[in-house]
Amino acid sequence: MNQLLDIASNFAALCFVLAMMLALVRLFIGPSAQDRVLAYDTMYINGMLTLLMLGIRSHSGVYFDMALLIALFGFVSSIALSKFLLRGEVIEP
Amino acid sequence: MSEVEVPMWAALPAAVLLVVGGVLTLIGAIGLVRLNNFFARMHPPAMGNTLGAGCVLIASMLVSSGMLHRPVIHEILISVFIVLSAPITAMLLIRAAVARHKKRDSGD
Repeated sequence: MNQLLDIASNFAALCFVLAMMLALVRLFIGPSAQDRVLAYDTMYINGMLTLLMLGIRSHSGVYFDMALLIALFGFVSSIALSKFLLRGEVIEP
Repeated sequence: MSEVEVPMWAALPAAVLLVVGGVLTLIGAIGLVRLNNFFARMHPPAMGNTLGAGCVLIASMLVSSGMLHRPVIHEILISVFIVLSAPITAMLLIRAAVARHKKRDSGD
């Protein structure tokens, strides 16, 4: 049964890598700044999913904490970028 | 690879969920590249990210529960966090895009 799980996680890793590369394409060609923020948002979610997939593959609980931290910091920085695009300032007085 | 054997009832649905999650994420990224308008481009990554993350998180819960022979549900923390944070990010980004479009149209 472990072999089936290995094949599935290899396929999932391939999908995540392709998705990150497509998001990188949008990050480079994106005509406006909000397109680039959207591509960044997709990329951090894909990185988090890659870490979770590695945790499934290696039967280790360490990857979960890294995935949680990536989700937290990605959300905070995405909010900061959107706020900057909206107002021109991140923290308003 | 470690020597621990994941039981059948956990490995089979986890494999299916991993494949489904990967395909959904890939579809979302393809939509992000191919659509031609920013407001249309908002939709596919949101679908791919939320559903793909949900599938992979359920797969992770199944595998770790099957290995430890007890329910392990701390992955729910990430999924609750993603479900809470994705609409907030989308709403702020859409508001920024609308404000920038308006400013560009009225400015020159």
